[in-house]
Amino acid sequence: MSSLTRADVAHLAGLARIELSDAELDRMVGELGVIIESVAKVQQAPIDGVAPMSHPLPLTNVTRPDVVRPSLTPAEALAGAPASDQQRFSVPRILDEE
Amino acid sequence: MSTTTTHHQDAVMDYDEALATFDPVMGLEVHVELHTNTKMFCGCPTEFGAEPNSQVCPVCLGLPGALPVVNEKAVESAIRIGLALNCEIASWCRFARKNYFYPDMPKNFQTSQYDEPIAFEGYLDVDLDDGTVYRVEIERAHMEEDTGKSLHIGGATGRIHGADHSLVDYNRAGIPLIEIVTKPLVGAGERAPEVARTYVAALRELLRALDVSDVKMEQGSMRCDANVSLRAKAGEPTSAEQLAVPLGTRTETKNVNSLRSVERAIRYEISRHAAVLAGGGSILQETRHWHEDTGVTTSGRVKSDADDYRYFPEPDLVPVAPSRELVDRLRGTLPEPPAERRKRLQNDWGYSDLEMRDVYNAGAAELIEQTVSAGASPSAARKWWLGEPSRRANAEATDLVSYAADLGFTPATVAELDSLVRSGRLNDSMAREVLGGVLDGEGGPTAVADARGLELKQDDGALEAAVDTVIAANPDVAAKIRDGKVAAAGALIGQVMKATKGQADAGKARELILGKLQ
Repeated sequence: MSSLTRADVAHLAGLARIELSDAELDRMVGELGVIIESVAKVQQAPIDGVAPMSHPLPLTNVTRPDVVRPSLTPAEALAGAPASDQQRFSVPRILDEE
Repeated sequence: MSTTTTHHQDAVMDYDEALATFDPVMGLEVHVELHTNTKMFCGCPTEFGAEPNSQVCPVCLGLPGALPVVNEKAVESAIRIGLALNCEIASWCRFARKNYFYPDMPKNFQTSQYDEPIAFEGYLDVDLDDGTVYRVEIERAHMEEDTGKSLHIGGATGRIHGADHSLVDYNRAGIPLIEIVTKPLVGAGERAPEVARTYVAALRELLRALDVSDVKMEQGSMRCDANVSLRAKAGEPTSAEQLAVPLGTRTETKNVNSLRSVERAIRYEISRHAAVLAGGGSILQETRHWHEDTGVTTSGRVKSDADDYRYFPEPDLVPVAPSRELVDRLRGTLPEPPAERRKRLQNDWGYSDLEMRDVYNAGAAELIEQTVSAGASPSAARKWWLGEPSRRANAEATDLVSYAADLGFTPATVAELDSLVRSGRLNDSMAREVLGGVLDGEGGPTAVADARGLELKQDDGALEAAVDTVIAANPDVAAKIRDGKVAAAGALIGQVMKATKGQADAGKARELILGKLQ
């Protein structure tokens, strides 16, 4: 299998919104590489004709009727938020300034 | 670096010139909010305009340990939409997590469907303005959930750029959403923008007939993302030579939220792509934002690859496996296809193409249908609905159906007004006056006519006297009518009406005048 590059790790860090220093990037290339190699053993399993499983129980169509149930109050909903304003969750700036 | 909110102005090529050089290809993604009582995966209500964060629970807030459960009605609606779009319905499919970090989803992923949509491989035939039919191929329709709504604070224009923080309301997060994706639409040539508008209009009509969504584009319960790409022109739009040319790089213009904007945004992107390509540049695959006010798109983010979303099957939900019995039962609930219904109604009502288009543009078809079944003639039903009520709805910037509903102005009211005309109690101008009174809230047609003392004079003696007086006063006009110039009678009828203060029956006056002079 192809090995992990520094660019791969930088891209993943970007997607995960994690800031990594150059030293951390170098370290993660090695550490993630080891993890991927370990997991890669799974790829040796003979899976021809075996459907991928996404759920351990052989269930389908677990649904609920379209009936309203009580929601939280806005105060309850916001209770765990680090910051709120105007009855809304306050979150840091979404886009970095160019 | 200083921040600025002005948009740098992109170069555009004249539309006709662009179409002479390039062949446009489109892909349309339409998101439809279902109007179920509850959200996709929890029992929170879905009312539009509720207080912020008053319709949320641990499931739609993504709190630890919460377990989503699929809304049965939403699945049925998805299947009905798929069937109405002539799609195959999956016998087994799953939800998937679409992972991304953006505060509009508190879970850090959106529950969607990835490679196993509930409906796929369908089509919708749309009637273009010139009467030809364009078949829009549907790639898929899948189930997902809507996101929360953000307010961006601190920016000069309330936009995300330049904001220093954002406030999020999760009432909308988790509302069932169906995303309907077309295949690349080729062969439309210069009519591409019209095809897009007509498709979205036909889809809206279909969804309304299915009664699965409010389909209010202005409220965001139906939203359109328009993908556009250009390739070199190699012949007629539908020629084999043209179809063989590989597709160009596309841009995706997000949240184009009116039929008119769909057409304008696509037209603009075609002109913009053409200018870039003709100048030797290349198109960046990116998201564009449509600006309704200025009629341009601006660059958004560079589009993520599907890989970047790290889709994987949602482990908290079990597969959806609609039985054939369920699918057949739902097929039995489909309404008459809107295009067929429209042809049938036009035929029944005897309207011209133009009249029918006006009726549809005014959103009056259902109202007229009900008015006709309440006893009015189709021509009267059209005349009354497209007259004063439409004008007033327009003036209040609402649609005719909502306007009438808010006012309690019903098809039965219009039928009653028409019956007053047909019985000979009111003439046309009196009926207009009565209609105005009804719309002003003075009561029903009969009550308004009574209150205002409006009633045609049935006293033939008085009418005949008025006719005699008018003829005597206009010997030259009377002579013309005697010579066979029947059209001249109009002038005399007008004077009779004036003499009777509009209370006379114009038809009867005409009969009397012609009877005396011919």
